[in-house]
Amino acid sequence: MTAVTPAMRDRRRRAQRPAWEEPPTVPGRLAKGVLLTAVVLAVLIPMWSVIVTSFSSKQAIADAGGMVFLPRDFDISAYVLIFTRGEVSAAIWNSVFVTVVGTTLSLVCTVLAAYGLSRPGSLWHRPLLMFFLITFLIGPGLVPTYVVVTSLGLKDSHWALILPAAVNAFNLMVVRQFFMGIPSELLDSARIDGAGEWMILARIVLPLSKAVVAVVGLFYAVGYWNIYFNAVLYLNDAEDRVVQQVLQAYIIAGQSPAGIGSPPALGFSAPPSLAVKMAVVVVVLIPVVAVYPFIQRHFTKGVITGALKG
Amino acid sequence: MALPAVLLLLVFHYLPTLGNVVAFKDYDQWSGDTAIEAIVNSRWIGFTNFAELFADSQFWDALRNTLLITTFQLVFFFPLPIALAILLNSVVSSRLRGFIQTVVYLPHFFSWVLVVTFFLQMLGGSGLLAQVLRDNGLQPWDVMTNPDTFILLVSSESLWKDVGWGTIIFLAALTAIDQNLYEAAASDGANRWRRLWHITLPGLRPVVVLLLILQLGNALSVGFEQFILQRDAVGRQAAEVLDTYVYYLGLLTQDYGVGAAAGLFKAVIGLILILVANRVARRFGEEGVFVRS
Repeated sequence: MTAVTPAMRDRRRRAQRPAWEEPPTVPGRLAKGVLLTAVVLAVLIPMWSVIVTSFSSKQAIADAGGMVFLPRDFDISAYVLIFTRGEVSAAIWNSVFVTVVGTTLSLVCTVLAAYGLSRPGSLWHRPLLMFFLITFLIGPGLVPTYVVVTSLGLKDSHWALILPAAVNAFNLMVVRQFFMGIPSELLDSARIDGAGEWMILARIVLPLSKAVVAVVGLFYAVGYWNIYFNAVLYLNDAEDRVVQQVLQAYIIAGQSPAGIGSPPALGFSAPPSLAVKMAVVVVVLIPVVAVYPFIQRHFTKGVITGALKG
Repeated sequence: MALPAVLLLLVFHYLPTLGNVVAFKDYDQWSGDTAIEAIVNSRWIGFTNFAELFADSQFWDALRNTLLITTFQLVFFFPLPIALAILLNSVVSSRLRGFIQTVVYLPHFFSWVLVVTFFLQMLGGSGLLAQVLRDNGLQPWDVMTNPDTFILLVSSESLWKDVGWGTIIFLAALTAIDQNLYEAAASDGANRWRRLWHITLPGLRPVVVLLLILQLGNALSVGFEQFILQRDAVGRQAAEVLDTYVYYLGLLTQDYGVGAAAGLFKAVIGLILILVANRVARRFGEEGVFVRS
């Protein structure tokens, strides 16, 4: 590896900038740099500080007077505490269950429907398309949804979090749009060779669509992991709680006088220490941050905006 | 093949949509074994629930708060993703641009609980900012519980969460602009600001109009979890919006009829707004949301 000298970097820049464009002014570059740095720091600083505090000892936290910004020591006792304490690990398992089962169900339903809808001229093609698109325009509303979910006996079941959210018309249209871009000659030739629709979907369409399925899978998975309010609404038992509820109980509920609507605080003899609270934040944060970089490179204009105009 | 998805939407989307008829009924929970049966068996009472709703001063408070917040966000925060997209687009190094995009998209995937937590730990009474102020002998202030600045707080939270994500669609539109236009304008002596005004912004116009129409359709919804999480801390006066009103009235006091009426009111106004905005946009020669395919 040779070091990149400023001169080389400059040449490279000039090569990427079109010849007709005037060279950037110094104040302009400075302003741009400051603005973009501020935007990036606004996202990174809170995450940094939370992670550092979660790994800090009581002493470091006391010295800092609260949130720690500069790491002083490395102490994992907060994590040991939350993973040995039943309620946080139980909540993690509940959330993992909802996320894994939910995402699987969602992907199966979405891919099947998207494939069916990606062939114009198939049976009931237009009415079915309208059936899905109308769900964009008209939302059912909170009260009737609650009535239906409870009437089906789903209260106090994690299925109450999964089934109502299982099919998202937007995601469906994203996948459909992608499937429609696959040349039909490819599918027709497979048909001539005697492949059935299931075979075509599994052997030809899906292998070509890994990127879009990954992106939509991430959308679903993050949606399930982030479920908070439906859990408050439908789950009464403390052992059914999901991670977002625990986070709310540990941090946000402590800030305000307990009112109606906020779930009852967890049975604590003493309030959790700041390091423990921050460790819970990290536990909620990490899966999202960990999965995201693998998917992020697929956020090209095609995948996301392609579906906006159906 | 669409069958599983159709079934799920029928049960969890279309059936509840039909369930909105409870808004026109005198809901009696003892008239059936399940809530659905009770709705079917309850007696029709026409628009009585709506009359009750419109006579409730708390409903008007919630409506006023909602409109205040959505208008404020539309005027002051709608242009920011556009500005950020133009700024990002001007970063020449694709590696650096990719890094910034990775970072600013990330908060979009955080739950509201997490976003509020971050704000609390940074700006709250015992957060990082208050610590720094206290260390420097300044008086800390608590923005998290102040009803007067609540509108700024919720808007900043929405901005932090979604400004990066909002740039995606504008960045796509920016790359679709014909680069020859810039070259031609530059050789005619237009400087960078004139090029921005005469090429970039007109090039973004269709997308801006599209998003404005969609925003208008959402004029009565400001997001639900964000408000339910902070309503207790700042008080109902500032933080009650239509969605939280529906929850407290409809579900907590079990007044299904009036609660559904409020939800239906919101949905119908939203639908009317989006259709009207779409028609107006068409009249001015824009494409609109619904494209005949």
